[in-house]
Amino acid sequence: MTADNRQMWAELGIDLERHDVLLNALGPIYQEIYLSQKDRPKGMGFFDFVVGDIHGIRVKELRQHAVNGGKVVATYCVFVPEEIVWAAGAIPVGLCAGAQFSVPIAEEVLPRNTCALIKSSFGFKLGRICPYVQTSHLIVGETTCDGKKKMFEILGKYQPVYVMEVPHKKTKLSRELWHGEVLAFKEVIEKLTGNAITADKLAQAIKLVNGRRQALQRLSNLRKNSPVPMSGRDALLVTQVSFYDDAARCTQTVNALCDELDARVSAGQDVAPLDAPRILVSGSPMAIPNWKLHHLLETAGAVVVCEESCIGTRFFSDLVPENESGVEDQLQAIAERYMQIHCACFTPNDERLDDIVRLVREYQVDGVVHYNLQFCHTYANEAVKVKRALAEANIPLLRIESDYSEEDAGQLRSRIDAFLEIIRK
Amino acid sequence: MRCCGLDVGSRTIKLVTSEGGVLDSTIVDTGANPLERCRDLLASRTFDRIMVTGYGRYLVTSALGGRTVSEIKAHAVGARYLHPDCRTVIDIGGQDSKVVLLSDEGQVTRFEMNDRCAAGTGRFLEVMANTLEVDIRDFGGLALSASSSVQINSLCTVFAESEVVSLIAQGAERSTIAGALHGAIATRISGMANRVGHRPRVILTGGCALNGCLVKMIRERLGTDTVAAPDPQIVGALGAALLAGKESPAGICKPPGNSVS
Repeated sequence: MTADNRQMWAELGIDLERHDVLLNALGPIYQEIYLSQKDRPKGMGFFDFVVGDIHGIRVKELRQHAVNGGKVVATYCVFVPEEIVWAAGAIPVGLCAGAQFSVPIAEEVLPRNTCALIKSSFGFKLGRICPYVQTSHLIVGETTCDGKKKMFEILGKYQPVYVMEVPHKKTKLSRELWHGEVLAFKEVIEKLTGNAITADKLAQAIKLVNGRRQALQRLSNLRKNSPVPMSGRDALLVTQVSFYDDAARCTQTVNALCDELDARVSAGQDVAPLDAPRILVSGSPMAIPNWKLHHLLETAGAVVVCEESCIGTRFFSDLVPENESGVEDQLQAIAERYMQIHCACFTPNDERLDDIVRLVREYQVDGVVHYNLQFCHTYANEAVKVKRALAEANIPLLRIESDYSEEDAGQLRSRIDAFLEIIRK
Repeated sequence: MRCCGLDVGSRTIKLVTSEGGVLDSTIVDTGANPLERCRDLLASRTFDRIMVTGYGRYLVTSALGGRTVSEIKAHAVGARYLHPDCRTVIDIGGQDSKVVLLSDEGQVTRFEMNDRCAAGTGRFLEVMANTLEVDIRDFGGLALSASSSVQINSLCTVFAESEVVSLIAQGAERSTIAGALHGAIATRISGMANRVGHRPRVILTGGCALNGCLVKMIRERLGTDTVAAPDPQIVGALGAALLAGKESPAGICKPPGNSVS
């Protein structure tokens, strides 16, 4: 298998030497953060397998798809309407942008004081160390932050990039703009694939993606239980993997995991002591393999029960209505669904504050950890409003600003310990 | 019952032994092998319980046993013991600084720490004193003697050092530059305190509270009753020792002293 993979990576133009260093680093980290956990659900075995062969089996599937004439469309953001991609017979794949490894590579080109997510994603392309990027025919960017917006222009010199304009207000005008963007995206994808998007195909795609969302919602709902049946780390991983795995298979594996968790809940089986502080993590996205904060929180004795994040509720909360019949109405429904995402790129974005307070109640949360990537200005500034809203609701809050490097783990641990001491008293 | 509080900081290690009150306190440099330093410190002492705090707390307890508490809580408990009217603790240590807000009952309600750089810490002052060729113990006095003032705008230690070098080249008095550096750090710390929402009485702890100029400048900027704790460096270790005494016996691991062969 390894020799097979190497051959494939070489064909994809991967920098094999650098890529080896990346993969060799992942194993021990995964062992420490994931495999060392006790009493994990058996259903996590699938996800362990997927991460264990992170650049192998799924890439092989995508390549096979390409060999058969299909297209692969890479994305970085939950705003890109993947239904349209599936409906054209292409496969969308969420790219990882959560590794420190590619950051120094990106810093050879991008300004250093750019958020780690932007640098990591760019570094993967520049360093030729991500086979998903290499396999994709089109990268779809968006305008959710200025740093990404400008990075996509530079990325476009290396690989075809198309940028969707996500509006920054929630007014009627903005919604119309976004609707137009969704229509334009459909044309881009039709042109890329040579396939017309019909109402039937779009209906199937909507059902497919909704199915995965429902499975992830089910998983999320199970975490409302006390004792909680799975660790926050494991839940985070499931969501991260769902960005790039096949949607139908993902629905199946997540539902199978949920069946097991149902049984755990009935049996009162826990992964953390009943008095472990229950934490909601809110803020900037955590792209795979960014497991740093969850790991720190859970090894300090807390348990993460919910993520108000693009790798959490913002990804799977709302469904696209399945009752529309014509392509035009379907696209309208799709556009409206995506405008429900309460990203900090919007002004104002008070719905997000309401979401956080509501989720705190629903998930029996003891404290919120607001996470923002260093230089992520939208989330950093919105945190001021989060702080006020939570103070008003009398909910403890810890603000963490960090990046992908490990150097600040000691300082973060001090804050986390002190925060848990406050909650526990 | 004899309790130890061990504060393993980035620059110094502090040990307090208490039995009702403080029996003994020691401060040593952290050096390159803090674990060995801690072994040495503890080897000659007998005690019933120990609580470890500071940046190196896990390093020490994973090797020697004992329990841990965050520096934030340790400083709060120590400051409150010394000053029962304390409502805010400002700890300026070697590596980080923190502002801790206490309830009337002395519980930690909020805190803020500076972010992953030396700005606003003892290390900043050390680097600057070194650049100006002043002993760190005389640095505050030199700053207080300044007869004119200039502004240092950079808070990054590296950039501020460049500013200092430029000021030296322009012929500015050392005392003036020292004053500006103290002003920069005091402004940053009081900004952090304002963000948390400080209440009197404000107690300064950590090595930087030994610096009279810094204490004065922070007091002026906060405009409230602000004093340095007596023997400010050992407040965290004291808090840890007091907390060790409060722990339920079942929760206490074997004292590290006993595990040293």
